[in-house]
Amino acid sequence: MHGLINRAVQDFMRDSYGAEAWLRAARSAGLETADFEPMLIYDDAVTERIVAAVAAVLQRRPSDVLEDIGHYLVTHERMAPLRRLLRFGGVDFAEFVQSLDDLPDWARLAVEDLRLPPLEVRETGPGGWLLRLQGAPRGSGYAAVGMLRAMADDYGTLAFVEYQGAIEGAECVQIRLLEQDFAEGRAFQLAAGA
Amino acid sequence: MEAVAALLDQLCPMHVQIDPEGVIRHAGPTMHRLREGGGVGEHIFDLVSVRRPQGVTTTAELMRLAGRKLHATFRTPPRTGLKGLLVPFGEEAVINFSFGISVTDAVRDYGMTAKDFAPTDLAVEMLYLVEAKSAAMAATQRLNRRLQGAKEEAEEQAVTDLLTGLRNRRAMEHTLARMAEAGQGYALMEIDLDYFKQVNDSEGHAAADHVLRKVGAVLRGVSRREDVPVRAGGDEFALILPGLSAPRRIGALARQIICALEEPIEWSGRNLRISASIGVALSEAGQDAEAVMRRADLALYAAKRAGRGRSVIHRADLTLPLEIGKRAARRATSQ
Repeated sequence: MHGLINRAVQDFMRDSYGAEAWLRAARSAGLETADFEPMLIYDDAVTERIVAAVAAVLQRRPSDVLEDIGHYLVTHERMAPLRRLLRFGGVDFAEFVQSLDDLPDWARLAVEDLRLPPLEVRETGPGGWLLRLQGAPRGSGYAAVGMLRAMADDYGTLAFVEYQGAIEGAECVQIRLLEQDFAEGRAFQLAAGA
Repeated sequence: MEAVAALLDQLCPMHVQIDPEGVIRHAGPTMHRLREGGGVGEHIFDLVSVRRPQGVTTTAELMRLAGRKLHATFRTPPRTGLKGLLVPFGEEAVINFSFGISVTDAVRDYGMTAKDFAPTDLAVEMLYLVEAKSAAMAATQRLNRRLQGAKEEAEEQAVTDLLTGLRNRRAMEHTLARMAEAGQGYALMEIDLDYFKQVNDSEGHAAADHVLRKVGAVLRGVSRREDVPVRAGGDEFALILPGLSAPRRIGALARQIICALEEPIEWSGRNLRISASIGVALSEAGQDAEAVMRRADLALYAAKRAGRGRSVIHRADLTLPLEIGKRAARRATSQ
């Protein structure tokens, strides 16, 4: 797994629960060092171990932790550059959801060796979509749920986002747009730092 | 022309239409975002100046550039760079503009949004790429800095004796070789602890380590900035003294070191006592480091033989004794 993913788990834990909590999780996951390098590649099993360890330390279900991580990726100040990159996906939430098909390609444009599972967005009706993460690790759909809910808030859109479980080897997330202009979204300027 | 204008407004929102005199008759919606009124009613040369091809000053010359790539800038600040293409349309002409490489400045200067660009325009992808690559590059640079720090630490450890913090034998040999190459004169002082084995045997390793650290502190204390104190291994120390050649000064320094080392060293409420024997050799022009170390060994051997707690400076009449000192023996077997 790419170090960016593991590092995101580390940053989430540290920023939300403190350095001490992260060190405990890192120790119980049997990590040699408590710091992931964002630009290096790690064994896939490490990611599963640290998510499990973080959940154990927080005494929460891994699915809840993953959802919080997805939310953190969009909302925390440290992740502001990532949130900006996501906002490039569309001018409104509907366009953003439909752009998710291209997300793995966009990610690879940014970081050549970052491989995301193939994402597929199927329209299920007006303002309704089913997001499928083909071959993604079990439960990773929860991270997508947290991320999508935070992005809906970011756009000021009222949307219903729910985990549907693993269907035919794909993590499935249902998305329903309830009100496009529900609230004032967070500002987004194309110009960096504007 | 009106139907064409509506078409072009969507396909190329940054275009202008000019009449045969070069006056702007229509401007796309994004051009209206960039300049009040989109420049409509003004002459095209009041809106932009053509940088390349050079020397374009009349409307007729501009019209002749049909189909070629134009480089232009706005006449008034911000003087954003533009790429353009002029296509004749009957007597009139359409010029489509884009930002090209200046797109990052433009979106900042004009507060542009994705809606200001045609959906087929790659501007947004380009902006994404610039930001994504900058973030990825920053992360890579941070990694590089950490790796460089780790490398420097590893290099420092490779030449450092971890117990005393002095340079190690490897560093000593390297330093001597470098000075020999540079032709720099120096004195090499080899310092062998006396009675150290007794401390080690009767008081144990911890006490011995304490003594060695203390010796390190003494040698650092007497060193000038350019001197290099060394723990060469076990209870063998050395001091490289660049530019020092006066026997009297060297003798005084050796006595100072021996006196300091003979001070009782407190350990767990007890006083440990050691001393030291010192052999000194002065570098000679054209002589390699090995030869200087061999002569310092000889002097050290002579000092030991003359009784402990003494120093000897190598002279030409010190010949190799039959009994080879332990350092010389070790060096001989390691070669």
